[in-house]
Amino acid sequence: MRKYTPKDNVQGKAKYTDRFWVAPQVPRLSVDEDTHFTNVLQKVKEVVEVLDSYVEIGQLVIHIRPEDNIKALKTLKEDCGYAMCSELSAIDYLAQDGEFEIFYQMLNLNEAKRVRFLTRIKKGQAIESIVPLYAMAKFAEREMYDMFGIVVNNHPYLKRILMPDDWEGHPLLKTYPLEGDEFASWYEVDKIFGKEYRDIIGPELRDPARIDRYDTQRFSRVGHEVPFNANPDLVDKTQTPIEYSSDFLSNYNKGPHEVMDKRK
Amino acid sequence: MAQHQVNYASSGGLPVALTTVDKLLNWGRSNSLWPLTYGLACCAIEMMASGASRFDFDRMGVIFRASPRQADVMILAGTLSKKHAEFARRLYDQMAEPKWVISMGSCANTGGMFNTYATVQGVDRIIPVDIYLPGCAPRPETLQYAMMMLQKKIRRESADMKKRKLQRFV
Repeated sequence: MRKYTPKDNVQGKAKYTDRFWVAPQVPRLSVDEDTHFTNVLQKVKEVVEVLDSYVEIGQLVIHIRPEDNIKALKTLKEDCGYAMCSELSAIDYLAQDGEFEIFYQMLNLNEAKRVRFLTRIKKGQAIESIVPLYAMAKFAEREMYDMFGIVVNNHPYLKRILMPDDWEGHPLLKTYPLEGDEFASWYEVDKIFGKEYRDIIGPELRDPARIDRYDTQRFSRVGHEVPFNANPDLVDKTQTPIEYSSDFLSNYNKGPHEVMDKRK
Repeated sequence: MAQHQVNYASSGGLPVALTTVDKLLNWGRSNSLWPLTYGLACCAIEMMASGASRFDFDRMGVIFRASPRQADVMILAGTLSKKHAEFARRLYDQMAEPKWVISMGSCANTGGMFNTYATVQGVDRIIPVDIYLPGCAPRPETLQYAMMMLQKKIRRESADMKKRKLQRFV
């Protein structure tokens, strides 16, 4: 049986507050516990300098230097049987650390094991292409270039993959606005009609999806705060507070609860 | 042999129907609207369903064409990305006059849920639209209703191309 807790006022109390909230962390295990990963790490350590290594959710994570990426991946492919690189991309930590984190997600199909290489580069720093080792990197590195502006050296065809070729900016950077900068908002108009048509067509109309509860003209009347069809600009918001709970919700906490009291 | 029934009491006893050139031309245009096969996103699935046998667009004279040169109507069915806007406009330009445009679904009307940097916020920014069809995605019946509204509109307007152009762009 579960321990009884009084349920009189479960609505009144917040279920939890974030005062003592601790960000959940994935436990990092030692590499020694897995023989396969120990061997892999040993072989990688023979070739390149390993900055950090641990096992996270059954995957070996190895931090390496950005200039060592080809050497490390070659070892993994040729000596450890990791025939597949399932994903590579970058994460923008520019605001936090002034760096990008690039990850290479490797898969061993025979042993069903995964290894992740992590490496950090500064803004404007280039990284060597892994296309000679894994052909999938042709698209993945192009996407990384498109979305983050990270230049990949010796890539056979480094060109934007998703955005148009004449696009300005790299959309997956944390500094890029979701609704687009000025260039993005006028892109199709500039391209099709020319800049002089901006005035004729006008700016994009974007709905902020904001609901004004005092506006009874465009939104349904909830709570009867203001007379129907009242001009929302003329309503004195201090005089007509929004009171939803007292109007609609019945108060379950007032009065005696015989059943609940007995259980106590 | 076809049995022609002539009502000799009407039309002065002659097997003749009287009409205007406008009405005759618009009768032809509105009853053989050929849309361009131009599906951009999930609305295209509904557009395909409208064309297939259950909903049967053919009975209204609506037959999808794979070339803008043969099409009268452009149904913009789905999200138009900014990268693709140029090509949508080019296809519209390649269609011969007279031509009409149906904007199908929320994404084509306003950008819909894609309030982002890469989506055109309403296709009317680049193409003049005749009918805005709401829904996400609109049912095939809705598309058929839009097509009937377009037919009504065509029957109302002048068959003169020059007049039509003036009506459209002024």
